This record gives sequence, C-alpha cells and structure tokens, in this order.
Amino acid sequence: MHSTTGNDLATTENDLECIQVKKHFGSVRAVDDVSFEIPKGSFFSILGPSGCGKTTLMRMIAGFEQPTSGDIRIKGNSVIGTPPNRRNVKMVFQHLALFPMMNVYENIAYGLRCAGASKDVIRTKVQDVLERISLPDVANREITQLSGGQKQRIAIARCMVLDPDVLLLDEPLGALDLKLREAMKIELKLLQHQFDTTFVYITHDQSEALVMSDNVAIMNEGKFVQIGTPQDLYHNPSAAFVAGFVGDTNRWAGRVTRVENGTVEVETEAGLAMRGSIRGSGVPSVGDQVSAFVRPEFITAEKPNGDARKSATNQNVIEGRIDSILFNGANSRVLVRDRAGELIEADVVLTGGTQDLKPKDDVTLTWSAEQTMSFKV
Amino acid sequence: MAIKPNTAFLTSYRLYVGAFFVFLAAPLIAAGIFAFNDSVFPSLPWQGFTLDWFFNDSEPKLGMFHDRRLLRGLYYSFVIASFVSLLSVFVGTCNAFLFVRCKFPAKDFFYIMMVLPLVIPGVILGISILLLASNVANGVEEAFSFDLDFLRPGIVLVVLGQFSFITTITSLVIIARLRKFDASMEEAAYNLGASRFRVLRTITLPFLFPAMAAAGIVAFLVSFENFNTTLFLVGSEAPLTITMYDRMVKVGSTPVLNAVSFFLMVGSALLAVISILVQRDKPQT
Amino acid sequence: MMQKDIKRLSLFLLFAPFALWIALLIVLPHLGMFYISVREKVGPRMYEFGLGNYINFFTEPIYWNTLIRTGSMSLLVTALALLLGFPIAYYIAKIAGNRTRGALFLMCLIPLWVSDLIRAFGWILLLRETGIISSSLQWAGLINTPIEFLYNDAAVIMGLVYTVILFMIVPLVSTLDGMDNAMIEAGYNLGGNGPTVLRRIIIPYAMPGIVSGCIVVFMLTAGSYLTPILLGGKNSSWFTEQIYDQFITRYNWESGAAFGFLLLTFTSLVVWGGLKLSGQTLNSTVAKS
Repeated sequence: MHSTTGNDLATTENDLECIQVKKHFGSVRAVDDVSFEIPKGSFFSILGPSGCGKTTLMRMIAGFEQPTSGDIRIKGNSVIGTPPNRRNVKMVFQHLALFPMMNVYENIAYGLRCAGASKDVIRTKVQDVLERISLPDVANREITQLSGGQKQRIAIARCMVLDPDVLLLDEPLGALDLKLREAMKIELKLLQHQFDTTFVYITHDQSEALVMSDNVAIMNEGKFVQIGTPQDLYHNPSAAFVAGFVGDTNRWAGRVTRVENGTVEVETEAGLAMRGSIRGSGVPSVGDQVSAFVRPEFITAEKPNGDARKSATNQNVIEGRIDSILFNGANSRVLVRDRAGELIEADVVLTGGTQDLKPKDDVTLTWSAEQTMSFKV
Repeated sequence: MAIKPNTAFLTSYRLYVGAFFVFLAAPLIAAGIFAFNDSVFPSLPWQGFTLDWFFNDSEPKLGMFHDRRLLRGLYYSFVIASFVSLLSVFVGTCNAFLFVRCKFPAKDFFYIMMVLPLVIPGVILGISILLLASNVANGVEEAFSFDLDFLRPGIVLVVLGQFSFITTITSLVIIARLRKFDASMEEAAYNLGASRFRVLRTITLPFLFPAMAAAGIVAFLVSFENFNTTLFLVGSEAPLTITMYDRMVKVGSTPVLNAVSFFLMVGSALLAVISILVQRDKPQT
Repeated sequence: MMQKDIKRLSLFLLFAPFALWIALLIVLPHLGMFYISVREKVGPRMYEFGLGNYINFFTEPIYWNTLIRTGSMSLLVTALALLLGFPIAYYIAKIAGNRTRGALFLMCLIPLWVSDLIRAFGWILLLRETGIISSSLQWAGLINTPIEFLYNDAAVIMGLVYTVILFMIVPLVSTLDGMDNAMIEAGYNLGGNGPTVLRRIIIPYAMPGIVSGCIVVFMLTAGSYLTPILLGGKNSSWFTEQIYDQFITRYNWESGAAFGFLLLTFTSLVVWGGLKLSGQTLNSTVAKS
C-alpha cells in the first residue's frame, strides 16, 4: 500500500524512500513490492511477525543485501550502488554489536576514525554525544562494565556521533527485562527528538511500535499491509490482519445473515449473533464469511439489572457467565462464556470491594456495533 | 555432581587416581632430579646437591650451559620451532577464514584433508617428504647441474616436515575461536564506515589474537619436542632432541642430560601455563 | 559486480596456502612414496617397475612378523590406555571439585608438553639395572642382586601406555565434561544401577570421544619410535625401527618406501575398521577434539 502522499518524484522533504523494492531468494519473496516515504525527523516503525521480511528490508536499506529490483533513496539520492560503509545510514544491531576489545570512548570514536577526523575533533564530538545521552563520565569504562540500558545508549551514540541521515534500529529492546524495556521506550522517543534525526525502528512487539512512533507500517509476508499513525492502525485497521495483530482483540469467524447500509449482522458457527460495521475492502453479501473483531475495552460487563434492555440497532447485548478473572489491578479482564459457548474477553476495573465481579457470576455484556470491525474474508 | 557412590568404592577410586598421578610424575621426577646429583652417573646413590651439571665449565662434569653441542642443539631447536610456529599460525589463520567464512564445493572433503596429517604417523610424514625432496633435488641436479641445497636433509626440510602436521593443530585451535565470533560486529564496523581491511585489522584479528597466540605456543612446544619426523629430515645442524638421543645411545650419558631434561620440563610447563592464560576470556558483568 | 570479484579473489588467496600445504607436503609426498615403493633397482641408476619390494616384505618372515607384532601390541596398548584412562577422565570430568579439576587437568597436560625422549629417559633411569627401582629394592633388602626391568615386552608396553594415555584422557575429559549430569541422575532415577548407567548411558554418550582417543592412541603407538627402541633394546622389533633400518642403515629407499606405505595402509585399515565398527566418522571424532 502507498502512503497518503503517493508522490513518486524524489523530494528532499523525505529522509528515506523505498520505491517498489523487491527481494527474492529463489522462489521465496522475502520482500514483495514495498514502497513508502518517511518525512524528515520522524519516528517510523515497521511492525510485523517473525519472518515477515522486515529484517531483510532493513538490511537492504543499510546495504548488506541488494534488492532484486526497486530503488532506495536517502535524502533524494539513490543509494543502490553505494556499499554499506559509504551510506549515511547507521544501524543499531539487535545485540548491539559493541566492540568488546575497545572501551566506550574507542567504540564511539570508531566511525570518526574511519572518516579520518583529527584527534581534537574526535574528542569534542565524543564528549558532546556522551552528554546528549546523559552519560558524560563513562568514556573510559570497558563495555563489559556497562548495564543493559547504558549499552543501548552507547550503541545509539556510536551511530549518532556520525550525524547520519537515518538511524535504523533492529529490535534493540529484545534482550532487556520488562521494566527496563518500558523505560527505554520513553528514552528512545526523547533521544529521537533530541537528535532530530529520522529513526526507522523494526520490531514484532506492537506496544513498542505504537508507543514510540509517528507512523507505523504493518508488514506481513513481504508486503506492507497498512501504513498510518498508531491511532489510525488501532481504530481504523484496513485489513483483518492489522485488526488482529495490533492491540488486544476478541476475534470471531462468522457468516453474514444481513447487510444494511454499512452494517452487517453476523452469526458465528456456535450461534453467537452480533451487529458490526463493515471495514476494509470489499462489501460482503449474505452468506459470506467474515472475521469480526472487538476490543475488550469497548465491552462493558455488568451484573444483570433486571431491565429487559431492548437491543438498540447499534448495540450488541449478550448474556453470559464469568468463566475466569484475570486480575491486573485497573487493567483487569474477565473471560465470559455466552449461551452459545463462545469465550468473550472484556476489560473491567476491580477495586477490591463487594461490588466486584466474581467467577461464576452472570453478566450482561454490551458493546456498540460501530466497534465491531468486520472484514470480508 | 552426579550420584555419590558408597565410600569404600570412592576411597579406592581416589587411591587409583592418586596412584595414576604418581605413575605420571615418576619418570619426570627421575629424569629431573639427577640433574642435581653430585655424581658422574645419573643413578643412586645420592652424593650431594650440586648445580654443576648446569653451570660447571670443565670436564668431567661439563655443565649444560657450557656444552657446545648441546647449546647448539638448543639454538637450532629454537630457530626451527620459531619458524614452524610462525608459518603454521599464518597458514592456520588462513585456513580458519577459509573454512568458517567461505563457501566452496566439497568443503567437507577438504576439511578431512586438513585433519589427515594428525593421523599419519610422524615417521611416514618424515620419509615421504624426504623422498620427494631428494628426488626433486636429484632430478634438478641431473637436468640442470644445479644443486638445490635446501631440499637436502637440513633445517629447511625439518621445518617443512614439522609444519606439515603442526598446521593442522593450529588450524583447529583458530577455527574453534573464529566460530565463536559474532559476525554482526563486522557489519557494525562496516556500517560505521570502515573499509574491509580496517574491519579485519581492528575488529576480527584482535578477537582472534588470543587463539593465534595460544596456537603459536602450542606449535612451538610440539615442534621443540618432535623426534620421529625430524629424525629422517635432519642434516648436520641437529636440534636438541636429536643431539640428546645421539648422546644417550651412542656416547653414554652424564647427568648433563638430566640437566637438559629439567630445563626443558620447566620451560615447557611455563609456556603451557602461558598459553592457557592467554586463552582465558575477560570476565563479563 | 565488484563485490563478487573481491569475494572470488579472497577465496583464491585463502585457498592457496591450504592447497600448497596439503598438495606439496602431504599428497605429493605420499604419492611419491608409493611410486618409489614400486621401483626395483636392477642396476646402477637403472630402475624398473615391480612389486619386488613388497614381495620381499612378505617373503622375509622377520618383516612380516614385526608388522604383526607392532600391530597387535599397539592394539593391546590402546585397550590398556582406554581401560586405565577412562576412570581417570571420568574422575576429572565428573567427580573432582572445581578447583581440583583445573589442577588435575593441568597436571595431565604438562607431561604432554615434555618430549617422548625425556619420558623414555626417565623410565630408563627408573627401570634399569642400576636404576632407582632396582636400587631401592636392594636397599630395602627385598632383593640381593640388581634386577634388569628393561629390555622386555612388559617394559615396552608400559612405556607406550605411559606415552599415549594422556592422548586418551584429554579428549575423554572434554567429551565427558559436556555431558549433562542430569542424564546420569535420570538414569539412576529410572531404576538403573552403577554398571547399567555406565554401559547404557555414559559409554554411548562418550563414544565419539572414546573412538577419537583410540584412533589417535593407536596411530601414535604404531608410529612410535623412541619408546620401543629405548625401553626394548634389541628385543624390541618395532616396525618403525625396520623402516629406519631400511632408509638410513641400508640406504634402500625403495624398500623403506614400501615399508612406510605398508605401515600407513595397515594403520589406516585398522582405524577404518574401528570407525566402521563403532559407527562414527572421522569428522565426528578426531576433528572435534
């Protein structure tokens, strides 16, 4: 899919452009006709499951692989013929690849030495970048003496000291534990603003992509499925894959029983019936198979209060019984089994009081048809 | 630890292990200790402690450091071992890159060829090279009346003979180290702007260096103490092992040979310990 | 493209030293040795092809017997080295505490660095008539006249086992070290006893190390020169001595080449047979150590 500007001409507004890039390994299409543009100074993520081709794409941008066809442009100039040590695209590797035989100063100075900078210039620049990453005193430490978070920052500093046009980050947070990962997400966002450089971030973890990025591209099987802001992807997924991949969601397969200007009525095989809004391309007709998605935060779970609530045309109302409770403070969730036997997840707040829902309680689940995203299969 | 067997079994096991190490040490101690015996024969009775067999400079007790032939043998051994060490580490490093990094057909076959010299008896290695070199030298002499002296038994042939199998050892050591190398470090260096040569010089070779040094020390030691292959290739400039053997068998030995043995044992132990220390990685946090 | 040319050039440059080494120092010499072994001297500087050297070997009983004797004693030494060495290796790898293990392993390595010559020399000093053992026994009053412990088969075998046992222990220690203790514990947990666990779990796991050790040990023993000669004296009749004899004493290089080739073939056959019997390949055993 193309991004919204869809302009093929080289513009220096964009730091990085890929134009119909393909990479085939024999009959395997690792990257299958990918095109996108990234404007200056933005944080762009490529999100997709393992094996979707994002690493191959990144390696082509860095120059370690050659595309089978297509063009890659940095600041408007094609870099296809340029070897990887001459491109102004620097990369933070998955396991950081810091050089253990050198200390922090030497690691950061490495690229400057290769470029032939003088000793004084190197000293100034290294000190400068160390201050920008808030580690002004570690210049003489050995790599083995650094913590995980510090190593991350040094790896980024090593690239940023060279003033790259684009910084590529290859799933850098994978090796960190949860708390550190959360902290690093914020740090990376701040660093990107600090340096005002375009970051291209690849990951399979959708929370990383959503939290940090200005724009996200969802990639699957070598193709970009959708490009947009995190909000766009979350609330207006253009395909079933995106709806299922981004954020938590309930998911059902069902058959269309009625179609009426933009809304459908769907029935699952087990017999659960609901109304939904048509999303994605293609309008289903009666009898077609669809996938329906509802996010747990849009489902309200309440104790039945006796009012025979008539289902309004835009509301789904289901009776069910709580199967189990997943306690997580304010982010708690209940698993409800409806009359038809389907399992539905809904977000609830458990305050610890007597009004809280408990397992085996009867509940009424309510959600709007608008939030039930239905895609033709 | 695995299951603890009963104590009687364990005790006799421990005794066996202890006896084994006594067995291991006995001849070495025997060889070394007579270096300090103040007697003209390397045998009991003990006649007092002396350092004469190392340092004395007159007959009948000519000390090791004044015995011309022995010192010359030591010198030649040193020269030969140095050459063998340098050559085999160089070729071993090339082989490591060849087998770990390159793709080419029949790789497994060539790998077996590389390991083969270790399973060929040293005597065979010696005679085969002697035959080839002599035939080539004879052929050239007959055809061109040109004497290729280095192909006659002598230092060059000894170096080549030892090199032929010691290279396998150094290759295996360096290959093991190169296999542990994280290739993404090289890519990171390219990415930062380094040329191919620079990456090799500043990233790859420094990583390999401990293994290269250890391999070099091992090569030096194996070369120094080699006998079987050297025996057939040696000319007039004989290394220490050959000189000692001649002394032992033909002339009869004084404890000066014990002094040499002691010296070699201490020297080898030192080098072996250094080679182990060099290979130890820096501790990680 | 430039990248491909660079790759091809570097492949060529890296392959060249390897090729030169193997071709000039291993392949060509052995081919040459075979070639010489099938030449017969029919007159001064006149040579003819024939299997005369080999026929000579088979018809002269002393040569034939020496080879058989060398081979069978080598097998005996290999078996002894395995039997005596395996418990030591197991102790070092599994039973010793961490610090003792390092020290013991180091003690095993040090004699390896010391020449064959010095080790044989040490044994001579211990075992000969005027040697330490004989003298000590006399001094303790256990015997009256000095005893010559050298110059017999037992001394040769012991000397050979001494020389090669460390080449059996070191690969075994590496193999056993890689063995997860949990496997052994599981064996006991499922009802096995000591001998069963040994036979069914430990030995099969250690098989590559065992085979590797046996191959190296057999080769070293059969190709050994110093130890049989120094410890066995005139009674040693080890095949390498015959080869030396032909080459240096008799200057009959054709015969020597034939003998060399026979030794090589003989040991290779035994090794190949051993590999086949235990179901391993050269790659999985020797190359790994």
